[in-house]
Amino acid sequence: MEWIRQRLDKIKEPFSKGKKFEKYAPAVNALDTFLFVPNHTTKKGAHIRDAVDLKRVMITVVLALIPALIFGMWNAGYQYLSQIQAEVGFWEALGHGAIKLIPMIVVSYAVGLGIEFAFAIFRGHEVNEGYLVTGLLIPMIMPIDIPLWMVAISVVFAVLIGKEAFGGTGMNILNPALTARAFAFFAYPTYMSGTKVWVSEASDVDAVSGETILGKLASGNEVAYSSMDMFSGLIPGSIAETSTICILAGALLLILTKVGSWRIILSGFIGAAIMGLIFNSLGGSFPDNDLMNFEWYNHLIIGGLAFGIVFMATDPVSAAQTTKGKWIYGFLIGLFAVMIRIFNPAYPEGIMMAILLMNVFAPTIDHYVIQGNVKKRKKRVKAQVKTA
Amino acid sequence: MAKENNTQEKVSSKEEAKKKEMILFLSNSEEKEHFLSKQNRKLLSDPLNDDNPITVQVLGICSALAITVQLEPAIVMSIAVMAVMAFSNMIVSMIRNLIPSRIRIIVQLVIVAALVILVDQILKAYAYDVSKQLSVFVGLIITNCIVMGRLEAFALGNGVYKSLLDGIGNAAGYGFILIVVAFFRELLGSGKLFGYEVLGHKGVTVAESSGLYALGYENNGLMLLSPMALIIVGIIIWIQRSRNRKLIEEA
Repeated sequence: MEWIRQRLDKIKEPFSKGKKFEKYAPAVNALDTFLFVPNHTTKKGAHIRDAVDLKRVMITVVLALIPALIFGMWNAGYQYLSQIQAEVGFWEALGHGAIKLIPMIVVSYAVGLGIEFAFAIFRGHEVNEGYLVTGLLIPMIMPIDIPLWMVAISVVFAVLIGKEAFGGTGMNILNPALTARAFAFFAYPTYMSGTKVWVSEASDVDAVSGETILGKLASGNEVAYSSMDMFSGLIPGSIAETSTICILAGALLLILTKVGSWRIILSGFIGAAIMGLIFNSLGGSFPDNDLMNFEWYNHLIIGGLAFGIVFMATDPVSAAQTTKGKWIYGFLIGLFAVMIRIFNPAYPEGIMMAILLMNVFAPTIDHYVIQGNVKKRKKRVKAQVKTA
Repeated sequence: MAKENNTQEKVSSKEEAKKKEMILFLSNSEEKEHFLSKQNRKLLSDPLNDDNPITVQVLGICSALAITVQLEPAIVMSIAVMAVMAFSNMIVSMIRNLIPSRIRIIVQLVIVAALVILVDQILKAYAYDVSKQLSVFVGLIITNCIVMGRLEAFALGNGVYKSLLDGIGNAAGYGFILIVVAFFRELLGSGKLFGYEVLGHKGVTVAESSGLYALGYENNGLMLLSPMALIIVGIIIWIQRSRNRKLIEEA
């Protein structure tokens, strides 16, 4: 261990202060801290001593994403093999998905980290770890057949406009991964929605219904999947959002390590369930509207709602910060997600729109929560003064 | 009587002296200036960069969003705005000492509106297709903040020639941004420039396409939506302020 440390220090020497490559120090330091825990500590102000830093937090989220990622990989292959009526073997399916997914992840990390490193060197600050999660999330919420250059451009847009324009990690008002998806969705709609994109190479095979469940409902077609399929994730959709089971496993890890807020996750599901129930009860008067009559509990387990609420809405930067604010924020995300789905079938990604919308409103929610608290305490002081 | 006459003469001579002084002052200030002196050149060049109406003063954003999907209407629009601004600045500056300040806005509006109608009619006569594309936005030049802003801020307090230069300069700054935004939006959004397919022809399938489209390139649909114009303007502002640090406001 000591030997590695010494070697690393030797490599880092030309990058230290006053030396030849001082400018590129952030890049080298970033790689160094991947291997060793950095030994610098906060110097000013009161602070809590804790072993957790940004890097550990991000790695925890990445670990939480692994089950959904592996399942997404396998499901991509499963959907492909079952559409050409081939025998579905575990390794064949996983292999097919991996061939499709791994290049996307590589492109996403290469492009995104390239921009992050460039900005760190240009602006003279350390490289932030925020992109570790974003870079994995972006390919996970794309359709399986999207061309790699579209992934790259979406990443460029998300990192440049969604993040660096606001000042880098921790300053962004929108979730970068969803910014990337929203960009791709509006820029290349034919690759991001419709009947042909959700199953790998679907356009090559005739008479295959590769629609997502929400797409089917919007066009008034019969849904052939059971609730169990939707829950376990054996349905077409964006790569890693289909399996609610795997997402909940990730959610458990996030909640146990206190990385993700259980309040946002819980209230998000409650909000979606309530909106679903409202529409179900109204559904009797609109018998033709399949989306309205779709059972409320099914709304919770399809269309990336779980994925969005667990991994995107809990993003600590763009979410609400106050405890009460988190409840409101999560609740409204669930509410709006189901509402957008039903009122606007052209945008089946209700959860994407809902989270981006609430990201914008999160600071406002926090402001009113804090002001409400200030008022309450002022009243209490007044009451105490009176009684005394 | 004699005394009164005397005082009258005195008053008139005083007034005359004042007038002479004024004329001297005016002629001094206007004659001494070169036709394109450094100051006058600044009136033309400042709005292109340091004092750009869109990126620094943040005026006239609406039309920048609406008519920048293609390059041709953007150019026609900038020429129209330039004509309106140059003439309205000139006219208002000519009559600036006659306008009662209480009703100056109405007077300015009448002048601008008359000019806009003229421009609209000319466009309809000579460039009907483009004028159809621009639709209401030619008429909306009347409400373009840049026009009124320059009338209020400059033409009411400066000479005719300077006002003319200021009008042209600000319209050029506006048009410059419009054209840059329209260039990117048309190139990336529909793969064309002035309607020519510069990136190759896009067929129904990849095999029928040529140029970049044969490689699997796709047009960016977001570029055709107006939010993207705002984002491009934002990027221009970003680049401009990182090059020119004095434009950055104190936080």
